[in-house]
Amino acid sequence: MPLLQTRKLTAFYGDFQALYGIDATLDAGEIIAIIGANGAGKSTFLKAITGLVRRPAGAVLLDGEPIGGKTAAEIVRRGVALVPEGRRLFHSLTVEENLLIGGHGRRSAGPWSLERVYSLFPALRDRRATSAPLLSGGQQQMTAIGRALMSNPRVLLCDEISLGLAPIVIADIYAALPQIRAEGTSVVLVEQDIVQAMKVADRVYCFQEGRLSLSGRPKELTREQIHRAYFGS
Amino acid sequence: MTDWLNALAQGVLLGGLYALFAAGLSLIFGVMRLVNLAHGDLIVLAAFVILFLAGKLGLDPFVAAMVSLPILFMVGYALQHVLLNRTLGRDLLPPLLVTFGLSIIIQNGLLEIFSADSQRLRSGSIETASFALGGGVAVGVVPVLTLLSAIAVIVVLNFVFYRTALGRAFRATSDDLEIAQLMGIDHRRIFATAMGLAFVVIAIAALYLGLRANFDPSIGPARLLYAFEAVIIGGLGSFWGTLAGGIILGLAQTVGAQFDPEWQILSGHLAFLLLLVFKPRGLFPRALD
Repeated sequence: MPLLQTRKLTAFYGDFQALYGIDATLDAGEIIAIIGANGAGKSTFLKAITGLVRRPAGAVLLDGEPIGGKTAAEIVRRGVALVPEGRRLFHSLTVEENLLIGGHGRRSAGPWSLERVYSLFPALRDRRATSAPLLSGGQQQMTAIGRALMSNPRVLLCDEISLGLAPIVIADIYAALPQIRAEGTSVVLVEQDIVQAMKVADRVYCFQEGRLSLSGRPKELTREQIHRAYFGS
Repeated sequence: MTDWLNALAQGVLLGGLYALFAAGLSLIFGVMRLVNLAHGDLIVLAAFVILFLAGKLGLDPFVAAMVSLPILFMVGYALQHVLLNRTLGRDLLPPLLVTFGLSIIIQNGLLEIFSADSQRLRSGSIETASFALGGGVAVGVVPVLTLLSAIAVIVVLNFVFYRTALGRAFRATSDDLEIAQLMGIDHRRIFATAMGLAFVVIAIAALYLGLRANFDPSIGPARLLYAFEAVIIGGLGSFWGTLAGGIILGLAQTVGAQFDPEWQILSGHLAFLLLLVFKPRGLFPRALD
């Protein structure tokens, strides 16, 4: 049984339909990547899983159990954490407070603690008392990932974690993903940087205008297939 | 000279009362961006609750206020959970309308139950006790207790906000409600807890309101105005700013009254307007948000 599954997932912003019947799975220990152009519905897909947008109750399953009717707070407690697009750190909190608040909805004891996050991202240790807005973009992204990990999630949803960062910083952040997986956390990556996503993902889903246009293992997909699924024919 | 020193001392002490009025308002606005138009009436309501408990149980008002704290915390929690949480959203109008309606209901309910007669909390000789500061200036024990209580309230609120997990959740919810929910924070319970805490501050403010002056069901809106002015002078979201705002307002009123007693209230409002002209965000704004 997949750890996380969506079945005919639809999502709406008011009357506007952003997703059309998405079927996707995430197995325990897997990293999957969701790619697609701007407006393809990638971020909405993550928001629908976490309960931030309206979706059918039975369309999202965790361990086979429907969670589509649960609130965002309840879904976090069940072990699904989101690293939102643009980091969205709490600006009146320090780095350490941002990390601690991430543990507010902690579902159970697990591998992630302040110490473990600092060992994953050593740059944060010296800046623990710094207000979030004063951090560099890379440090903010590390804090956002650490904050999500503090809930000891089984599923980590990452929305555009490379956006606006220097290549060397992106490399540091992507280097952390295998360590996160090694601690028993499966990862869903939403990325526009296809090359980066293909390097770490076990499987890839491509979205186009709210619909699933392609899926498969990175090595099995050709450039031509991806190009067509990404931009349309 | 003595008169002026006395006016300054009384102004600072009066500022303590205004800071107590304002602290609850500042707390509620700081956490949930709710402008509570019923705040002044809730202070008057709490004063009547203390009066009722003191009368029924034969308690000193200080003891009655202590007894009222858990009761009023629960009333505040329930009010937020059952009613006010439903009004919060992107539109600012519903909470304004509902708290305005609540203000009218409280005033009329109190009129119905307690009549329009002026009331006062009686606490024996402490009401008139005073001590000399030197230079011919004497201060009352109750006004000094009011200021000390205001400082204590501000210290405790700052501790809760900046040193506890609850305070982290308050600040996170205030910063970004959507992301706070993704941290597993139930914002409805956080808001209700904040309102419960505000009601505790309201009860303390009500105790000193009733000890220092007469009160009746109609005086709530004026207390709301002083609370607003103190919060805005101090800067939204800063508790120490709220204390400073209360003291500035108190000083402006007593100094104005020193020129002419009829100027007392007006000079407070003028000081507020002047400060708005030169520091529109108040003296100690929390953040540029």
